[in-house]
Amino acid sequence: MATKAKRPEIDEGGMGYLQSLPRRVVTVYLPLLVFVIVLLFPFYWMTITAVKPNLEMTDYQNFNPFWVVHPTLEHIRYLLFETSYPGWLLNTIIISTAATFLSLLASVFAAYAIERLRFSGARQVGLAVFLAYLVPPSILFIPLSVMVFNLGLYDTPFALILTYPTFLVPFCTWLLMGYFRSIPFELEECALIDGASRWQILTKIVLPLSVPGLISAGIFAFTLSWNEFIYALTFIQSSENKTVPVGVLTELVRSDVYEWGALMAGALIGSLPVVVLYSFFVEHYVSSMTGAVKE
Amino acid sequence: MAVSSVAVQPRPSILSRLSESHNALGFGFMLPAAALLLVFLTYPLGLGVWLGFTDARIGRPGIFIGVENYEYLWSDGVFWLSVFNTLLYTASASLLKFVLGLWLALILNQNLPFKSFFRAIVLLPWVVPTVLSAIAFWWIYDSQFSILSWALQQMGLIDHRINFLGDPTNARASVIAANVWRGIPFVAITLLAGLQTIPQSLYEAATLDGASRWQLFRYVTLPLLTPIIAITMTFSVLFTFTDFQLIYVLTRGGPVNATHLMATLSFQRGISGGQLGEGAAIAVAMIPFLLAAILFSYFGLQRRKWQQGGAD
Repeated sequence: MATKAKRPEIDEGGMGYLQSLPRRVVTVYLPLLVFVIVLLFPFYWMTITAVKPNLEMTDYQNFNPFWVVHPTLEHIRYLLFETSYPGWLLNTIIISTAATFLSLLASVFAAYAIERLRFSGARQVGLAVFLAYLVPPSILFIPLSVMVFNLGLYDTPFALILTYPTFLVPFCTWLLMGYFRSIPFELEECALIDGASRWQILTKIVLPLSVPGLISAGIFAFTLSWNEFIYALTFIQSSENKTVPVGVLTELVRSDVYEWGALMAGALIGSLPVVVLYSFFVEHYVSSMTGAVKE
Repeated sequence: MAVSSVAVQPRPSILSRLSESHNALGFGFMLPAAALLLVFLTYPLGLGVWLGFTDARIGRPGIFIGVENYEYLWSDGVFWLSVFNTLLYTASASLLKFVLGLWLALILNQNLPFKSFFRAIVLLPWVVPTVLSAIAFWWIYDSQFSILSWALQQMGLIDHRINFLGDPTNARASVIAANVWRGIPFVAITLLAGLQTIPQSLYEAATLDGASRWQLFRYVTLPLLTPIIAITMTFSVLFTFTDFQLIYVLTRGGPVNATHLMATLSFQRGISGGQLGEGAAIAVAMIPFLLAAILFSYFGLQRRKWQQGGAD
């Protein structure tokens, strides 16, 4: 892993000096600029709408829509104090944290068993885990809704905490398998000779060495739970139990006149936690994303 | 001699023998994950197939009715329209994501200032919850106050506002554009990781042999990138095919079902309409397509390994 990451640095630059500056501007900087503008524009538009007074929002004749003359916090105030938004945020945090924790716990054991215990059939189980990741929520939500209802979990946070692992556990297991593979066998063998049990090896040798992997899997699982929509839409009915994505869409869009300011503020604030988390761990995030695909 | 020394030793207790056995220990370690997946993934998958053969409704367990749901869907124009839409949506969005994502990856692979900053920025659309960015697109596509229409009008390119989500063709193009916007970062960043594993010396050698820039791309980059392209695009196709959120936010399948995907139709019939059996049947109808995509990429990968002269 480390050697792989280092290699491009040695080669950095490569034959870049062969390109003249004007050519680089046309082939590299200009397209990059367009990409960045297009990819970021919706966020800019979200932000600017969230602080725009309603008057400016609908009057394109007298105000340039790309800018805001009198920024206001009215939409954010409305969102935080006159809707159930803070409750949805809290629900989302609780559900995402619980689902992440549950999935990580199950995945660590499963990944270690598949990768290192080498029980008979480990390869097949590893493949099954990968296939499980390919099963999309869109074909599971109907039968799951029947199950959730029969188990008496309908409209409770547990409906989501227990169903999110269906896509989190395969992903985290697959990711952690890759990490465990990079830990040398010799370390475990030394510990075995010194009389350590499998449990001690896992908790004292393997887990401390795979902290980066655990962080990657954790933030990924948290982000995926935070973004989940179809289960949350199907299994939760009452307003106070909703998560942010469902709440914003189903509760803020009610009247005929859309509250665009509040909607955009809701989208913005709902995105912030994952963006902040992401910005802290961007390297982990990228490596887990690409690592999971490369395996 | 060996036999006698074994006989002298006390028999290890059952617990310690169990902890020595890889199979018993493996079983114990697999238990939490396996239980979660069997109960909440494998069982519902089977239950979904079963529900497709029943007339279950919300609040009423159904009875077995054979293939009646499928017979009904077979003669249902809206279902076939949703199949067509899903294929169109998946094919065009995946193709655009691939071309633009590869282009972006190639740009980011250049020796740029603030490279990691750009890489971080570019991933943002993928990190933000789809529903929330889709709401931003909803506002961008607003029929009256669309910023796109306004900007194009100011530039003098169009003379009246574009009805982004109200017209079937426009609506299809609009949801595909939003999906591409969200999918580009994933494709670009994974392909970038693939590009970074290609040694520069190969390019230098090819340049010395007189290869043009296009030949460098065609005969060095592309072949070495094929495996990661195959995996990335499999994921991309699977997730696009089963997409639900974007459509649900932007159009809910309208106008006149022009953007209904199989997943949204399944939700509309199964949950909103209460016809669980029919909804499940639509969901089950997606499985053959998904299997076909997975097999296609699996065998595509196999072929490449063989071409490289590697073992399976």
